[in-house]
Amino acid sequence: MNDELLRLENVFINYRVRGGYLNAVKDVSFSVNRGEIFAVVGESGCGKSTVAHSIMRLLDKNAVVLGNIKYNGKNLMELSNKQITGIRGHDIGMIFQNPLDSLNPVYTTGAQVNEAIRLDGINKLDGWKKVIELYRSVKMPDAEKRVHAYPHEMSGGMRQRVMISMMLSRNPSLLIADEPTTALDVTIEAQILEIISQLKVEFGTAVMLITHNFGLVAEVADRVAIMYAGELVEQGDVFEIFREPKHPYTRLLMKALPRGTKHEGRLQTIDGTVPRLMAIQPSCRFANRCPLAREICHNQDPAVRALSATHTYRCHFAEEEEV
Amino acid sequence: MYESPIKEFFRSSLKNFNFMIGAIMFFSILVLAVFADQIAPYEYDAGNPAAKLMEPCKEHLFGTDEMGRDLFSRIVYGARITLKVALIGGSIQLVLGVVVGLFCGYFGGIVDKAMLFLADLTWCVPGMVMALAVVTVIGTNLTNAIIAIALVNWASMARTVRAKTMSLKNMAFIETGVAFGESDLSLMFRYILPNIVPALIVMVSMALPSTIMSTTTLSFLGVGSQPPSPDWGLMVSDGIQYITKAPWLAIYPGLALVYTVLSFTILGEGLRDLLDPRMKSQG
Repeated sequence: MNDELLRLENVFINYRVRGGYLNAVKDVSFSVNRGEIFAVVGESGCGKSTVAHSIMRLLDKNAVVLGNIKYNGKNLMELSNKQITGIRGHDIGMIFQNPLDSLNPVYTTGAQVNEAIRLDGINKLDGWKKVIELYRSVKMPDAEKRVHAYPHEMSGGMRQRVMISMMLSRNPSLLIADEPTTALDVTIEAQILEIISQLKVEFGTAVMLITHNFGLVAEVADRVAIMYAGELVEQGDVFEIFREPKHPYTRLLMKALPRGTKHEGRLQTIDGTVPRLMAIQPSCRFANRCPLAREICHNQDPAVRALSATHTYRCHFAEEEEV
Repeated sequence: MYESPIKEFFRSSLKNFNFMIGAIMFFSILVLAVFADQIAPYEYDAGNPAAKLMEPCKEHLFGTDEMGRDLFSRIVYGARITLKVALIGGSIQLVLGVVVGLFCGYFGGIVDKAMLFLADLTWCVPGMVMALAVVTVIGTNLTNAIIAIALVNWASMARTVRAKTMSLKNMAFIETGVAFGESDLSLMFRYILPNIVPALIVMVSMALPSTIMSTTTLSFLGVGSQPPSPDWGLMVSDGIQYITKAPWLAIYPGLALVYTVLSFTILGEGLRDLLDPRMKSQG
């Protein structure tokens, strides 16, 4: 496809820690197309934020990234510091998990957004007009007055809107949203999601949405990738995944989703815990929790199999049995 | 609807007793220094052989010294020197402290370790001894005395700035700035620095009294200002010789010094209360 915007090829990320290396991300490949919402789902510590930060080259110094991360054909790993600074914000924007302290407490929020606009050489007065426009486009109530508010005078939802408008101000073609609604309550979450899903309509922005909330994926995403313990276990079109989940982990995740309609009583859970990610032998990383696990799962890395052009998964037996 | 922090500051400063007293005292010294030519009845170096060591009287408010110079005039002109000490000494410490502290805290690594070692080293030698050594090497005059004191005192400022920078560096809004395409310099001076300004203001106002005292001490010891400069330290040192015959010679410049140092200290206390967010709710 030629509308491909971002492509990760066989990305491995290791953290150098005391006593060796911690393999946080193993052999992850995916691509994000222009104007789509691509969701990455996984539980805490599965490496989804690490992947997101690696794209922007925001990882700590002890992280070692192998593989290719290509944006618009350019390999981001090979750019100089100056070049990557030019990419950040201008081509790829990022919003973070915690909007409460993502803004500089000493400037008004409007000034901070204006600051961003002026990085592209727009003068201050025109900048203010654009700030108000942006505030309106993220549905900030009382936009003209709120531009003069300091971060501490705003609620979490408003601050996340400021963050979004700040990142939008430079019209990036890709927005990485790292759990943008985790720190917010459910009503605000719905509003923020609506704003994010409108981005692709209004601005043509592609969004890489990182979340641990499967329900949220169903609502907004076009395509989805599921990560477990540093591996991308399954990815595909959101309808394919929800209709026909292949990997046992995905299936169990679906069963663990709270549904309003049937099933009174307890939610289903996945037994066991995520393996430690140091000195891992070749094996399926989900093997210790998988109800389908056999001997081969403990001794051999499962290969990536394709079900269709878009739907791939990483499992030895997925086709065989129902979980 | 939204009050700027500056307005809020001025509003609450009116209620702060320390700040108001300190500000008034400081302002009075400032007036003395600026309008010294108008206020002082005589030139600071105009001796009158006919009026040596006169007691305080109507013509000479604070009396005269051993060369017949009017003590009051000399003290008024001395305010200029003291403020110059505070201004230059404070600025050197501030600039050194901020730049070194920011760079060390932001980048860390080997440069940070080296600077920290240097700072520790300056703390191992008694400050006054080191200042004396520095002045002896670079020459005895007021400017050199100021430089020497600043070189002794900058380390504590740099340490505090470094510590603040290190904790701010990991705040989420810095990451936002990075994700946004801001350069390191911009992050340091436009993101981190404004956040430590309140702490800096307090640090400077607290550092000024000790700067003034130390520089005055150097003048008192004869390695700072040289005669006939109306430096208060120098005047106290000269007055000591006549302490039994004409005690006012040492007492008045001493009192002037106490007044000045006190004004900075009280002002600093007031500022600390005003700018400390934990004190705000009680205000």
